[in-house]
Formats: sequence, structure tokens, C-alpha cells
Amino acid sequence: MHEWALAEAVITAAQQIAEKEKLREIKEVTIKIGELQQVEEEILRFALSQLKPASFKNADFHIEKAKTKFKCRVCGNTWLFTKNKLDEETAEAIHFVPEVAHAYIKCPKCGSPDFEIAEGRGVWLESIKGVR
Amino acid sequence: MDPRTTVINERLKRINRIIAVSSGKGGVGKSLVATTLALTLVHRGCKVGLFDLDFTSPSTHLIMGVKNVQPKEDKGIVPPKVKGLAYMSLVHFSGDQATPLRGADVSNALIELLAVTQWGELDFLVIDMPPGISDAVLDLVRLVKRIEFLIVTTPSLLAFETVKKQVRLLQELKIPIIGVVENMKMNRAKNIEQETEKLGVKFLAGIPYDPKVEEAIGDETKLLDTRIAQGIRELAISKIT
Repeated sequence: MHEWALAEAVITAAQQIAEKEKLREIKEVTIKIGELQQVEEEILRFALSQLKPASFKNADFHIEKAKTKFKCRVCGNTWLFTKNKLDEETAEAIHFVPEVAHAYIKCPKCGSPDFEIAEGRGVWLESIKGVR
Repeated sequence: MDPRTTVINERLKRINRIIAVSSGKGGVGKSLVATTLALTLVHRGCKVGLFDLDFTSPSTHLIMGVKNVQPKEDKGIVPPKVKGLAYMSLVHFSGDQATPLRGADVSNALIELLAVTQWGELDFLVIDMPPGISDAVLDLVRLVKRIEFLIVTTPSLLAFETVKKQVRLLQELKIPIIGVVENMKMNRAKNIEQETEKLGVKFLAGIPYDPKVEEAIGDETKLLDTRIAQGIRELAISKIT
């Protein structure tokens, strides 16, 4: 239930934006989840439904999944993350802290661990829509 | 928007004091001071957490001889109990693997762990910082309200020169500094004490060099019998608790 903590962060951030934008009722929240963190969508959705405050009661939570793209800083190669090549323990470690990917994943072209997580790292609040 | 930063102070709200043990340069005994301080506070009956933020060169697990412990998931990540401490380190996830991280990765990992770690109620959270004044220091200062710094140096002027820079930065940012600990003293010279006071910062303790420390690595009982532990105990009693 690590997702619970991330859902709390999403709700808190969305509330802060709503307050700033003077939105009294939230209609839609769009969240992106990067594949690297392997967030369980159903658990995240359940946590969001449990944590949402009254002003979010009619809000639709759109969850979009984003592929994870790595870019090697040494040879410039880009490639996509695939969970299948990882054992369960490694996949779980990356789920908790995606940056530990640098301990386990190397550039498939040159073997360097010096790569950038260019896209699709973790949970991101993309947008919120509501009425004033 | 990155939502994680919005919950960091909520996660830390039941912690009475958050102490970052820091240094200008590596090799001054910062991790030993942080670990010994955390263990000493536990022995004094306090609820304590130890957070190893030296992500690329963690060593607190080696100092305490920690093996085979894992955090649990419960509405976040709950740190395992080690020697009475709530203990969080990247080694729980990276094991013995080298984990090369650039600045942006250090920030991201730090934000992730601050956002999802459920520390619960603590009297003290001791943070073992990486040396210097780069990403981890800047992020903690930016994200953690109520952070206080305890700075470790050696008698070397090379180490102390970097401490001066760190002190000036923290003073400019109006971040509280508990004081400076001089570790590995080889004689009774007072120059570091005097220079520290010139900076307007408290000199907390001068700890003599103790060759027994190396033998005590991985053994809590031996560690708490060293001169470093004696110095930290006196410091904890008189200046921290």
C-alpha cells in the first residue's frame, strides 16, 4: 500500500491548486503514472476514492500510463523500460524508489549505468478541472 | 506538477526535532557521529529515527552491522527497527550494488523517501548527510521545515575551510545550526574551537582520535565504548536532550 502515500500526495497537491484557483468543486483530476514505478492502478484508484475530500466527491480521476524512456548519457542511446527482464525483488526495489534503477539497469548498447530517466518516472499530477 | 513535495511536512509532523549531521568534506566521521548520536539518544530512552541520506556512499548500515532488514508497506513505507532505531537507508533497496546518481536523481530519491516514509512519532530524527553543500543539503533546507544542522569537522584546516562555507550558507538561509563537533583531535589545540566561535556558532565538543573505532565498526557494544561515543554522550546530555 505504498500507493496510499502517493494518493495522499496527489489529493493534497490537487487541493492546493484548487484553493489557489478558487475552485469550489473539482470535476476532473488527470494523473500520469510512469511505468518505472509500477504503481498498481487499482490500489491508487481505491486510495484516491477513500482520501478525497467533499469538494472532490463528483471528481473523475483519469489515470494515464506513461512508458518509461531512458537516455544513456554516454552513448546517447534511448530505450524503453520493460519490467519482464527484472526479478521480483529488483522490480519491487524500483517500485519503492525508481532511482535505484541505476543500481540494476545498464544501457543495452554500451553498458553504462549513467542514464537519464527521460520520461515516465512516477506519479505526476497533470491537470485538474473544476468550477468556481 | 510533482505532488510528492506537498506531503513531506505532514509525514514529519510527529517528529520533535530533525537534526541533519553534516560536514564540508568527507572522511571526518560524520556517519559515525550521526549513528552514535542516534544510538545514544535511544539508550537515553528517546524515540529515534536514523535516515542515511548519503545515497551514493551509505555507511550507517555498516557501522551498525545491519543485515537482512526490510521496510514494510503500510500506507507508505515503514522503516525497519534496527538497534531500537527506525532506520531508513537506500541500501534497503539497492543492497550492495553501486548506485551512481546524478544531482536530479538524488533529489528525486530524497523527495520520494521523504514523501512516502511513515516515521510515526519520534523525539529525534537524525539524518546522515552526504558531505558538502550540494543537492541533498539544498533540498532538505527547501523541503523540511524545522531542520537543524550539526556540523562535523576534523582539526584539519582543509576540513574546516569547507565548514566555514557551509556555516555561511546556512546562516544566510537562516537555518539553525546546533553547533560544530571537532572529531579526531590529535592534541589539545583550541584553534578550531576559537575559529568556530568567530563564526558565531557554538563549539559543541572536541573528540579525541580513537584507534579503537575501526575495530568497533559493525559492533554496537564496542562502538558505544569508544571515545567518540563518550564525547557524543556528553554532548547529547548537555546540548541536545
